[in-house]
Amino acid sequence: MSNIEAPHRAKADRPVEAPASAEAQPLYASRQKVYPRRVFGPVRSVKWAVLMFCLALYYIVPWLRWDRGPGMPDQAVLVDMANARLFFFWIEIWPQEIYFLAGALILGAFALFAVSSLFGRLWCGFTCPQTVWTDLFMLVEGWIQGDRNARMKLDQGPKNANYWVRKGLTHAVWLAIAAATGGAWVMYFVDAPTVSMEILTGQASIEVYFFFGLFSGFTYLLAGWAREQVCTYMCPWPRFQAAMLDENSLVVTYRDWRGEPRGKAKAEGVGDCVDCYACVHVCPTGIDIRDGQQLECIGCGLCVDACDNVMAKLGRPKGLIAFETLKNLAASEAAAAGMAPGPERQKAGMAARDVPRFLRPRTMMYAGAIGTVTLVMLGAFLLRSTLDVTVLRDRAPLFVRLSDGSIRNGYTIKIVNKRREETPLLLALRAPEGFRVVVQDADADAQGRPLLTRRADGITQYRVLLTAPNGARLPESTPITFRLLEPDGREVASQSSSFVGPRS
Amino acid sequence: MPTKIEKDSLTGRETTGHEWDGLKELNTPLPKWWLWTFYATIVWGIAWVIIYPSVPGWRGTSGWIAREAVVADVAQAQARTEPMLARLREATPAQIVADPEMRNFAIAGGRVAFGNNCAGCHGAGGQGAQGGFPSLADDDWIWGGTLEAIQQTIRHGIRSNESDEQRQSQMPRFGADGLLTAAQVGDVAEHVLALSNRATDQAAAGRGATIFAEQCASCHGEQGEGNRELGAPRLTDQVWLYGSTKRDIVAMINNPRAGVMPAWGQGRLDPATVNMLTVYVHSLGGGE
Repeated sequence: MSNIEAPHRAKADRPVEAPASAEAQPLYASRQKVYPRRVFGPVRSVKWAVLMFCLALYYIVPWLRWDRGPGMPDQAVLVDMANARLFFFWIEIWPQEIYFLAGALILGAFALFAVSSLFGRLWCGFTCPQTVWTDLFMLVEGWIQGDRNARMKLDQGPKNANYWVRKGLTHAVWLAIAAATGGAWVMYFVDAPTVSMEILTGQASIEVYFFFGLFSGFTYLLAGWAREQVCTYMCPWPRFQAAMLDENSLVVTYRDWRGEPRGKAKAEGVGDCVDCYACVHVCPTGIDIRDGQQLECIGCGLCVDACDNVMAKLGRPKGLIAFETLKNLAASEAAAAGMAPGPERQKAGMAARDVPRFLRPRTMMYAGAIGTVTLVMLGAFLLRSTLDVTVLRDRAPLFVRLSDGSIRNGYTIKIVNKRREETPLLLALRAPEGFRVVVQDADADAQGRPLLTRRADGITQYRVLLTAPNGARLPESTPITFRLLEPDGREVASQSSSFVGPRS
Repeated sequence: MPTKIEKDSLTGRETTGHEWDGLKELNTPLPKWWLWTFYATIVWGIAWVIIYPSVPGWRGTSGWIAREAVVADVAQAQARTEPMLARLREATPAQIVADPEMRNFAIAGGRVAFGNNCAGCHGAGGQGAQGGFPSLADDDWIWGGTLEAIQQTIRHGIRSNESDEQRQSQMPRFGADGLLTAAQVGDVAEHVLALSNRATDQAAAGRGATIFAEQCASCHGEQGEGNRELGAPRLTDQVWLYGSTKRDIVAMINNPRAGVMPAWGQGRLDPATVNMLTVYVHSLGGGE
């Protein structure tokens, strides 16, 4: 379906013939440190807003409280490993219901696919934690060490006091942010106020310190040092996201039909691109968007802002670099083909554009998948039972012959009660006439029926002894059903099992 | 096929001297990160050998021994359960059953102890085994199925001569020692069958009833109801330790068999464990 080829544009200053020596094509590419320049503009503002929102969400959520009554954690979002519960506001998930989490992840994946096919790499450019924290770290770096040129000068200059003070301060702030990040992660698993005090006073458990250190360390490493290498080399998503994109997806694009050939602003017969490298200098992954679609581009659109600022200064229309579909790009290119550079060509190219098509078979399929999974999950959630019953028949002994010759089987009944009140349940039996039920450690109601208790928010276990009537001629295995009734006689759960006797 | 090592004109590297169908392989050095990781593992390995007991006879500089670590772990686990075991040791089985916390612990601990010590004869879950290993899950008890009786049996054993308070009984060898003739043994056996309504020869059963009253009733009771004080099994029910056919019964009267159970409370098991076993066995379904 998608068939995106990076439009290859041979540049005059780049040799295209095969390299003739080892120097021309090293087998290992060392990292070129990227020094992104600060930029102002609408895309950058949106990016700041998303960053603030994501960080606030991440740091504040563990501190939200939610009253669940005495003896229960009052943290709104908590993965309680020790008690095997997942709390999410009013929802409480038991380990056997972990499929809700799987469903949420499937929803997330489809949402990611849908957004990618509509708007390109919005996730990568705006909301991915790697992008958010790298942005935050770069902000700190910019405050302490200055903008692109100042940072480059600092790195190339002498290693004097100024250098070490600025570098040291940067890393100190980075580590502080990283520690806050690792700490917040731990708080999703243990009570936030308690664990933050414990971490600070050195009383937390070794596990808490381990995960705190792990997540802090990797935040510092990935956002401070690795940065764009995570996206380019480690992350699998850029490798297969091309399958989500097609010619109708909005991607960050350089309108080469308008910009080429590049040249000085005042030169004659050149396109709108003045080759100022503003787009390259602001790029957090250090690429040149004018080379076309490429793996390294995270679609953050900062180059759009940078270029628009330059175009505004030159009094030319904005949008030389823009969020554009490849289909429109091709249409503009066709319309502008053969025309001389200038405002006429720009107008012709822009006129050939179409409104991006958002309703496409692909996006509708994603929407359908999202809708289906949502409905299934919603249905499962609404129909989720608060009472589960399991019956385990004794394996040893298979059956017991009593002194009067009758046969007895033993069962273990487990009642899982997900509600927070303790209520009685009657045990009834669907079996041939005359079977006697004895429940160890259980009371009986007025009619002598066994009265079980379901423990609040927990599992209650009972041993049940079932005796066949003396002299009954039973097959080797008789199907029976255990029924659990409310005291008013309404059946709330049932579980089938079998009654085993000697081979006749 | 080995060829001459030559210098590649494009990369300036040497070839390995191997050629396959005209393809020559470049002698490309290992990536530095790989090489250094490899060296680091060597250093790590040497340090490991020095620090830990890696070679027979070498205890390592750290003094850490896996066996001692296990001993320490076991001691730690025992220390954790010790307060509960102390309570179980002091309490009577009846007190344990009355306390839910102690009871749960005792049944869980009893299940493990039963698997380790008792299941060999009595089977998993106390289901019993043919040849004189009674089921502990049914409602038929030779020496009694109350908590006290079960505790007494476990603690002092049966006919093992390990305790003065052991369960002791001996059925005479009526046939083998000539106390009864073969015909009389057959008659008594017929009467025993009659006790559980299975006699086929009423005349023989009638003759056997007289002999039973003289020879057997003192232990097994007038009606064959058994006597737990003496460990004489009930003969009227349908649970038979050594078989229920006339042939089995005749064999028992001729040359009785008697099982032996060790006195588990005499230096074998901790009193707390005996109590846990008592509660567990009592919970199997036949407890009285």
